[in-house]
Amino acid sequence: MILTGPWKRIAVVAALAALVAALAGTINARAGSKSSKAGTLNIMGFGTGDDVAQNRAAIATKALAGTTIHNPNGAFNDQQFLAAVASGSPPDLVYLDRQKVGTYAAKGAFQPLNTCIKSQKINTKQYRKAALSEVTYKGKIYGIPEFYSVRTIIVDLDVINEAKVKLADLNTANWPKLKQATKKLAKVSGGKVTRIGFDPKIDASFGFPLWAKANGATLITKDGLHAKLNSKRAIQALEYAVSLIKLQGGWNEFKSFRDSWDFFGAGNEYAKNQAGAFPIEDFYFAVLARTSPQVKIHTLPFNTRDGKVISMESGSAWAIPKGSKNAKAACTWAKVMTATSSWMDAARKRAAARKAAHDVYTPLSTGNAVADARIYKQTYSPINKYFDQGVKVVQQAKQHSFYIPASPASAEFQTAYVDAVGRVLAGQQSPKAALNQAQKEAQSAINKAK
Amino acid sequence: LATATTTTRPYAPSPLVRARRWFGAFRRRETWVAYAFLSPWLFGFIVLTSGPMIASLVLSFTDYSIISPTHNVGLQNYRDLYNDPKVANALRNVAFYTALHVPGVMLVSLGLAMLLARVGRKLGGIFRTIFYLPVMTPKVAVGVLFLFLFNGTTGLINRALALIHISGPYWTTDPHWIKPGLVIMSLWAVGTNVIIYLAALQSVPKHLYEAAAMDGAGSFRRFWDVTVPMISPALFFTFIVLTINALQTFDEVYTAFYNEGVAGGSSGGPDAARFPVIYLFQQAFGFFHLGYASAIAWMLFGVIAAVTVVQILVSRRFIYYEGNKR
Repeated sequence: MILTGPWKRIAVVAALAALVAALAGTINARAGSKSSKAGTLNIMGFGTGDDVAQNRAAIATKALAGTTIHNPNGAFNDQQFLAAVASGSPPDLVYLDRQKVGTYAAKGAFQPLNTCIKSQKINTKQYRKAALSEVTYKGKIYGIPEFYSVRTIIVDLDVINEAKVKLADLNTANWPKLKQATKKLAKVSGGKVTRIGFDPKIDASFGFPLWAKANGATLITKDGLHAKLNSKRAIQALEYAVSLIKLQGGWNEFKSFRDSWDFFGAGNEYAKNQAGAFPIEDFYFAVLARTSPQVKIHTLPFNTRDGKVISMESGSAWAIPKGSKNAKAACTWAKVMTATSSWMDAARKRAAARKAAHDVYTPLSTGNAVADARIYKQTYSPINKYFDQGVKVVQQAKQHSFYIPASPASAEFQTAYVDAVGRVLAGQQSPKAALNQAQKEAQSAINKAK
Repeated sequence: LATATTTTRPYAPSPLVRARRWFGAFRRRETWVAYAFLSPWLFGFIVLTSGPMIASLVLSFTDYSIISPTHNVGLQNYRDLYNDPKVANALRNVAFYTALHVPGVMLVSLGLAMLLARVGRKLGGIFRTIFYLPVMTPKVAVGVLFLFLFNGTTGLINRALALIHISGPYWTTDPHWIKPGLVIMSLWAVGTNVIIYLAALQSVPKHLYEAAAMDGAGSFRRFWDVTVPMISPALFFTFIVLTINALQTFDEVYTAFYNEGVAGGSSGGPDAARFPVIYLFQQAFGFFHLGYASAIAWMLFGVIAAVTVVQILVSRRFIYYEGNKR
């Protein structure tokens, strides 16, 4: 049959469209076959990173000789990961926040690592218990812990000396005394805050869990299935932390002043004596040591009301998605990256590089307890008495850290309590009403997700 | 401006006739050429816009999360929307923001365009560039800039207000001042509208002003009775576009208030800055509720469509198109 007129043109356009579609399909198939080829490891969320990442990645790459490693730059992005899963090409290995592991595990997106651990003979005892528990869901391990962050209180000695406040007054075990000290340390005049006495950091994601735990409250059950955000002790903790902010000019004034700090610069709040004390992640020692090594600081552990040291831990982990086409290589990579010898190698190289550059070196903080102890012992050279004391307290705090158990709705759980704290600080709700609402939201999300 | 004449109802062909004409046009080579030129846009529209839109409509009736099995949930997502106080809060926030943002941008843009229309060509070019430059600033940067400029303690805005003995509010922390602050910040990028208004102002025939002046009209009268009607199509166009954009506000607000690390380590955003697209994003990519997020997207689409239809219906009475018999 010979086509003429418009039918001929329609046929030509249809044929061209089919050709384009076929070409697109072929290109797509080729791209897919490249990533699915045996001997390729596609990693998401890690990138080349800093020297510590690069040095360990070099060791892991060597251990996987013959395997092509695709390790594009960029942190883990849920949107990107979901898109990869939706397209049927999940990465072979992901590097992400430990808090997220439980949620993905509950949704069946990650595979349990029990076989990986067994076949590669990974010594799980070397990892910090809290870190490993954080990536354990329904009794199965879904992640290999990497970095490990804890919170301690950094005190500005110049500020407390000027205000005639003793270090013992900043003990979080004694709430009335801490309140008095906060009042003495803060500088508020004419409604403007010019110095924060003690920042409870209640608005940070770690703040409320830390204060609640210090007051004897547990925010979620160990199985991650029952939220307990509105217990009497949790409400009490929030009330107290918010009262500290109210003492210092109120939330608007307090936060506006805090937002004006040069947090990562040489003119930071300790260098400028703009803060008395506040709990902060241990990475901040490295920031202070490099930007303002002259600051006179003292580090205190965060204590429970009965005087026991606590700290909330957080960090990153390696996980293998379901559908990983090279789970074996992924497992090897995770094992090597977190091995004691790899951490030691990276730490030694960093210490040497910093020494050569006459720069300050603070020890790495990893999820591997054995590595941490060796790094501290073998690579750390004293900086000055202020930082040395801080580094020591951090090492101790690591022994007493707690974690938020993996939950099928970790993100909703965290959003529920962070939003609740925000509503209280903004004066929209009382602590009790806010936490009641948060409890309802968190439990409803968990029920839907489990 | 227009003379009334006797009008007869124009002939309106039936849909069947129109369809025949449409198909018949394909006998002509020009139609194929026209479609060939249109094809990149048509391809983009069908594959990248209408396809995902239809998919999201279907997903809005499911509990789709990509990583878990999907179930049909009927109208449950829409029922949840109705009962979700955060959705109501987000809609209230965006309505407030839009009500201030749209007239604010239009007034400032028109004022600047009128000033530009008075300056010479050389200077006009320089100022056009200056006014347009902020449009090129990434919205993420604008979000961060907002926190610096509007800081209640050290921000430039409050420092400027202090010079005239006004104690500025806490724009970034006080729930009552967050949205007004965002509106003021949005006036930073009025360049596009300034250019549109300037073009419209320059196309107003001079003789209309001369005639009005001869009739004794003052400057306000000339502006109100000559300028405004003559540039009303441009005003209407920007009114619609600004409203649609305002209802979809996301980047700068998300960066300023919902991005952990930017606002001093806080990980939560204030209720006052929760806009529908921010809540949609949280639900989709924070909590993996893509079905629910799709329902939010369609609710927002419905709101935008309804607002636009009302705007078109109401505006018909006020828009003057040259050549129209009105």
